[in-house]
Amino acid sequence: MGEKILMKGNEALAEAAIRAGCRHFFGYPITPQSELAAYMAKYLPKAGGVYLQAESEVAAINMVYGASAAGVRVMTSSSSPGISLKGEGISYMIGADLPGLIVNINRGGPGLGSIQPSQADYWMATRATGHGDGQIIVLAPSTVQEMADYARLAFELGDRYRMPAMILADGLLGQMMEPVELPEPIDPKSLPAKDWAVTGTQGKRKNNKVNSLRLAAQDLEDAVLERYARYQTIKETEQLAQLELVDDAEVVVVAYGAASRIVRSAIMLAREEGIKVGMIRPITLWPFPTQAIQAACKTAKAFLTVELNTGQMVDDVRLAVTQGLPVSFFGHSGGVVPTPTEVLVAIKKALAGELFHILPFRSKLEAGD
Amino acid sequence: MTAEKNPILFGRTAGLSEKVNNFCPGCLHGIAQRLVAESIDRLGLIGQTVGITPVGCAVIAYEFYSCDMVQAAHGRAPAVATGLKRARPENTIFTYQGDGDLASIGMAETIHAATRGENITVIFINNAIYGMTGGQLAPTSLPGQITQTSPYGRDVKVAGNPIRVCELLSSLDGVALAQRVTVNSPSNVRKAGKAIRKAFEYQNEGLGFTIVEILTTCPTNWGLAPNKALGWLEDNLIPYYPLGVYKDIKAGE
Amino acid sequence: MTEQLTQASQAQNLHVLLAGFGGQGILFAGKLVAYAGLLDGRQVSWMPSYGPEMRGGTANCSVCLSSDLIGSPIVTEPDVLVALNKPSYDNFVGKVKPGGLVLVDKTMIDACTLRNDIRFESIEATRLAEENELQGLANVVIVGKLLQATGFSTIPQLEIAIEKSVSEKQLWLVDHNKRALALGFEHVSGDDCKQES
Repeated sequence: MGEKILMKGNEALAEAAIRAGCRHFFGYPITPQSELAAYMAKYLPKAGGVYLQAESEVAAINMVYGASAAGVRVMTSSSSPGISLKGEGISYMIGADLPGLIVNINRGGPGLGSIQPSQADYWMATRATGHGDGQIIVLAPSTVQEMADYARLAFELGDRYRMPAMILADGLLGQMMEPVELPEPIDPKSLPAKDWAVTGTQGKRKNNKVNSLRLAAQDLEDAVLERYARYQTIKETEQLAQLELVDDAEVVVVAYGAASRIVRSAIMLAREEGIKVGMIRPITLWPFPTQAIQAACKTAKAFLTVELNTGQMVDDVRLAVTQGLPVSFFGHSGGVVPTPTEVLVAIKKALAGELFHILPFRSKLEAGD
Repeated sequence: MTAEKNPILFGRTAGLSEKVNNFCPGCLHGIAQRLVAESIDRLGLIGQTVGITPVGCAVIAYEFYSCDMVQAAHGRAPAVATGLKRARPENTIFTYQGDGDLASIGMAETIHAATRGENITVIFINNAIYGMTGGQLAPTSLPGQITQTSPYGRDVKVAGNPIRVCELLSSLDGVALAQRVTVNSPSNVRKAGKAIRKAFEYQNEGLGFTIVEILTTCPTNWGLAPNKALGWLEDNLIPYYPLGVYKDIKAGE
Repeated sequence: MTEQLTQASQAQNLHVLLAGFGGQGILFAGKLVAYAGLLDGRQVSWMPSYGPEMRGGTANCSVCLSSDLIGSPIVTEPDVLVALNKPSYDNFVGKVKPGGLVLVDKTMIDACTLRNDIRFESIEATRLAEENELQGLANVVIVGKLLQATGFSTIPQLEIAIEKSVSEKQLWLVDHNKRALALGFEHVSGDDCKQES
């Protein structure tokens, strides 16, 4: 067990990525992920790695594509507008079955939006990171420790399933400091070789091709279906969620990332008042933890989803619940972080059997309306 | 050489796969591609080379080489090459890109890879038109040139002026070699092969970014028979894009 | 007595808001508080406010010390407000929880609270730092005062926090920081701001 040290989320993620054997980082400056890139610029060269500031997000993700094709653990990080630009490259990575870590320190949007904490990119991350019929793995940390832990998990899952993995966090998790125990470092040389990588044939094997083009319709369908089968395996085996006080909960709140921290505080307030409420915190946003939601349906009377957007993950919660249980929503958007008291009001409404989709009509909420 | 009765004087280079290419009859891509494949073979680099194909007529050229290959998004080949080279500096990396890919949508990637002095070799095929999409205006289409999207001829007041890529890149410190060649005659083919080999040698010496621009024809979209297309290249393209060495950091040696 | 205070304040959750101008070392002061909490085995969080401007604007920093998992790391209703300039004081004094504490750098803020439901402490941190050739360390002086006023940790823990937090390139500043800490901790409160309703 290592010593706990105080680190920013962005820096803990960066250090953990290096310790996971990542020696290549390609990025472009954008707030609020800059500490991550700065950390890499400082420490990757010392670890014998490469930090390169690309000319654009577009170039950066294509450098990731190239380095991943060469078989190394590689990553990029950005924030929402930059992730839009990376969409093309992510789609090509999916199509060419290339792993790689993409970090999105989500900020308010659309457009230039704000630089405050937001979960407005849930749909982009889980539905359409780029064009085409494909998915990426999406992990949502809620603490600085998890920023570090999920970096390694993202590399492992990405390599195992040959697909990109994203860490979807936000400025709150990126900028805050908490105690973190860093994982033991892995020597990149100890990682298993990737027999599909383009490392030069050395005259010893047939040439490898990294490619997303399948001109014949049947070839493309075969490739997409093979990937779909892999996605089904992932959905069955890789769902992760943290359950808190769910066993006796009449109201189950579903929240991830920064929002789950606010919800935790609200649940403590509610429990003090004797309200039976618990939380399911999705860790994998894709695959979405439907199994945990369905298990909770046996005892819960109502679900409440809390997000830092106008209602995105709530779709997945609705798709997951059984027995026609009501799924309500409360959220803030644009970078505003809700208070535990606001969430408590929403919990009480859900407990009272109301079905609602409310955005911060704050005064209305506080009036208990 | 063995004393065979019928020695093979010219055959398929080991740098190419067995696959028959899909370029149009009379198109010079076939020669340019062969020169690249032959160069890595002659330099003994097949086993350590990774090639990158663009979006454009050469998009499926990953099928035509015998070395490891990667297919890149439109214009992004220099960025992909950067990632490959930074991950495995011991490998020889080349991109093979057309004028739309390199000089339009991928200009930022081209210029920045060049100015960084990325140790990669770019083979730039300039035929002044978009081939695969059916003959549209390219960044290198000549003033007055008729294309599908400049049906009245390229009006530079509307569509802007063509870009001379070697001249543009020659001002950048990261560039080790920038040379424009063509493959319209046996002697020019030999010169082009020499330039390509030189580019690979410079790369392997770690000298920086190398680009060989090859002026080629597009009989199909120019609407000319292959032999007439060669004449048009001679009469129009070469005067606007003069052949020659625009930068060679070893020139003084 | 100090020990009792320490135990008392460790038992409860402490939400501290430190605020001032950018460049006053607000974030560093917050980090010392958080690190001391970490060394004491508590749950801690440190969260800066951040905006597009890099320098000169107002800076503030939320620090939570808790025996339980910390929910939101953003402190909106502080138990303790540490204010290093007037705009921050004006902005946040109304948000301090009843029964809470306001601690100000009196060199920078010529103010007394009109609230009678909170405790008020002041120290001429900037002047004291300058007089003791500790320019730029008013932030650490005031952390010493915060320790004295609340007993949220101990001097030895804060000294370790200083060693952990001073950047590798500025190790010679460790002793300066420790002296600044002691200066604040040993400061005797005057009666220059009597609480009046």
